[in-house]
This record gives sequence, structure tokens and C-alpha cells, in this order.
Amino acid sequence: MSLVAALRAVEVAYGGRPALGPFDLALAPGEIVALVGPSGCGKSTALRLLAGLEQPVRGEVVRTPGRGETSVVFQAPTLMPWANAAANVALPLELSGVAKAEARHRADEALAKVGLGQVATLKPAQLSGGMAMRVSLARALVTRPRLLLLDEPFAALDEITRRKLADDVLALWAETRPAIVFVTHNVEEAVYMAARAVVMSPGPGRSAGETEVAGPLPRPAQFRTTEGFRAAAEKVSLDLDRAMAGRAA
Amino acid sequence: MKALTTILPPLALLAAILGVWEAACRVLAVPTYLLPTPSAIGAALLESLPLLLQSAWATLLMAFQALLAAFVVAAPLALLGALSPLFRRAFGPLAAAIQVTPVVAIAPLFVIWAGLEHPERAITALGGIVAFFPIFSGLTTGLRAADPDLMRLFDLYGARRDQRLLRLAIPSAVPFLIEGLKVAGGLSIIGVVVAEFVAGSGGAQGLAWRILEAGHQLKTAQMFAAVLVLGVLGAGLYGLLTLAETALLKTWRGR
Repeated sequence: MSLVAALRAVEVAYGGRPALGPFDLALAPGEIVALVGPSGCGKSTALRLLAGLEQPVRGEVVRTPGRGETSVVFQAPTLMPWANAAANVALPLELSGVAKAEARHRADEALAKVGLGQVATLKPAQLSGGMAMRVSLARALVTRPRLLLLDEPFAALDEITRRKLADDVLALWAETRPAIVFVTHNVEEAVYMAARAVVMSPGPGRSAGETEVAGPLPRPAQFRTTEGFRAAAEKVSLDLDRAMAGRAA
Repeated sequence: MKALTTILPPLALLAAILGVWEAACRVLAVPTYLLPTPSAIGAALLESLPLLLQSAWATLLMAFQALLAAFVVAAPLALLGALSPLFRRAFGPLAAAIQVTPVVAIAPLFVIWAGLEHPERAITALGGIVAFFPIFSGLTTGLRAADPDLMRLFDLYGARRDQRLLRLAIPSAVPFLIEGLKVAGGLSIIGVVVAEFVAGSGGAQGLAWRILEAGHQLKTAQMFAAVLVLGVLGAGLYGLLTLAETALLKTWRGR
């Protein structure tokens, strides 16, 4: 099996306290995997390992994407407040040496793709929460990453906005098919977004069950009412309950 | 109507205080060198207004030069501190020492160094020392105040050190710099006035000298008039700096 990235028996500790692992995760090209777990189970840590932003104390991290081929979307939009939407989206290109005019042109294209062509000159404070998140998404996609890491990107949004964004992310994924790791603590969202949902136990996070989600990606209309969706959500819920109970015991 | 109810009470109180003051001075026959009547102060103010305005301008100019000098010195030092933790640790205590040393205590030294013919140089330098710390500490804090997730993004995209400084640290520091400049602006006025007092020389022709001069001649009404102009200058400057802060922050974040 070809790999985009993998974590092999990785362990991370903060100040001597184990935070993650041992934890394994292998990611095939174009695959969407959701990491589901309670707060503090090390989901975000696993993401930072995959991004190469952090090193494990034990175990191995395999990363095939080169420089600029990995993108991260955080829980907050994490935009530069002093720069307008287009300048924010152009940042990754400009940092890696793409000429300014070319970078701005590609940023405008990326903004148009997330439906924000008209707000290119607005600054983050002038955008709604959902719009700011779209700008963040456009910035992540502008480099055409092979690996896209989403760290609870919809957590701060209302239900309607988050459903719309979930569909948009999947539609955008279908265009270039990057491998996606999607961190969430929402079971329905995990099942909707991913072909495979990995449940993590409370910290130090370990795998507490994996669920394959049948059905096409991007999701067809009414997918949430299908039997496949319900069955997968039930299995993930069960895994999660068991993981939490294991901690209580 | 609303504006009227907010403006009227303080005005009425002020009028009442002035009225009681005026009446008490007349009834008790208080010597005018001890406490002049408000009307005498008003007359003194009108009489010497051109001179007072000239002095206010001189004070303002020295304060502005002090602010500029403080910024020119503080900005590179803060940048150096952002680039080198060693320098930051080394310079921190020195900066704090400068801040806690009363300007009155070091003023005589500066007057000697600047030479008796150039008190304005000593005064500007002392105002600059007072204005230095808020700018330096604001910038030092601001240069390290970037969003940690934005720093991670810069890591992720392999940003170089200069890109990190120019495109992240410096823009993130702007609101802190504006705040520091606002505080420093008010302090620089206080700094130059105190310094001119200590210099005790008419060479700089600032407002402090007008107060000293009137005091030496027991022209108490003139003293009051000069203090009044100084108060208006300080309040006006504070208002202007606050407006500038609001406008600059609005430009920075677009709202």
C-alpha cells in the first residue's frame, strides 16, 4: 500500500506526562480519516506529528509530502488580522518564494473556489466566523497540498454553517484528492466527512476502535438518513463510550 | 438634550467653585500674590496669551522631539531583543533601571552635559528617557505576541527568520506600539516640563519657565495662567493621541 504519511507506535509526553500513544495511523493517498475523541486525548498532537511540527519521544513518523505540500486548518481561522483575505490566502505561496503577482492571482482563484471571490479585499475582522473559516480553508488549499490536516475546523460554527462547510470541504477534496486527517469530537461529523473513523481513548490517546464508513464521497443528499450512516455512527458511538468507560474504571 | 445633561453639571460645578473663590478672595481681602481671584487669572491669561502660546509650542516641540528620539532608540533595541534572547535578558534590567530612576534626580547631570547654553538639549534628552520605556516595553511585548497557531503555520511553510520577523512579528506588534506611543506621548510632556523646572533656565522658553519666572516675581495670577495652559495642552494632546490610536487601530484591523 502506498502511503502519504504514517504514525508508527508514536508516543508524546509533555513535561514527563504521557499525552499520546503508543498510537498508529497510516494514511493512503486521497484517503479521508477522522480522529474522534474527547478533549485532551492527543488528537491535535497526532495532527502536529503528521504536519512535522512536533517530534515524538518514541516511535516513528513517516511523511512523504515535501515542503509546502502539507496544509493545516486550525479550530480558529488563524488569519493575520492586519492583512486582507487575499493577502492571507497568498501567504503560503509568498513564503515559499512564488512571485507576488502570481501568488495574488492564485489566491483570488482559491477564494473564488470557496465562494468568497467578492471579499478578497476585506480584513478578517470584517468577515463572519464562517467566512473567516472559508478564507482559512482557501489558504490551506492554495498550495495544492497532498496532505490536508483539519483540527476541529468547524467547532466554533453553528450547525447550519458547519454542515454547509462540510459539504464544501468534500467538494473541494474531490477536485485534487489530497489525503485528509480530520480531527473532531462530533461523531456524526466524523462519519459524514470520512471514509474511516478512528476513535481515540482519553489521554494518553490510543486507538480504541476503527470504523469503515460505506458510501460515496462527497456525500449524496440525505446521506445522514441512510442506514450506512446510522450503522457507522452507532459503531463509532459505541467505541467512544467504551473508551470513556475504560477510563472511568 | 443628552449632551446638555452631560456637559451642564460639570460646568455648573466649575462656575460655582469659581464664584465662591472670587467672592471669598474679595470678602476676606486675600493678597493677590497669595491667591489671585479667577477674574485676575483670566486677565493675566488674556494679557500674556501670545507669550504663553509661544511657550506651549516650545514645550510641545521638545516633547515631540523627545518622543521621536525615544522611538528611534527604543525600536532597534526592541528588535534586537526579539532576535536575541541573550540581549533581551541582558538589557531588561537596565531598561527597568532607567524607568524607575526619577527624571528629577538625573536632570542636573544632563544639564551639565548639554552645557548651560543649550538647556533645550538636556530637556529633550530627559523627556526622551521618560518616553523610552513605554515604547520599548510595548514593542518587546508586541514582537512576541503573535498568535502561536500563526507561528506554527509559518513553521509549516518553512518561513525564514527574516520572513517571520517582517511578516509576522512586526505586524503583530503594531497595536502594542501604538499603545506604547500613546502612553509615551503623555509622559514626554511631563518629562520635558519637569526637566525644564530642574534646568531652571530660560534658555528653552517652555511653559515650565513661564511658571518659574512668574513665581520668582510673585506674579501668582501669571503662574495660574501658565498652569492652565499646560493643563489644556496635556488634555488636548491626550485627546489627539487617543483619536490617533483609534484611527490607526481601525486601519490596522479594518474595523
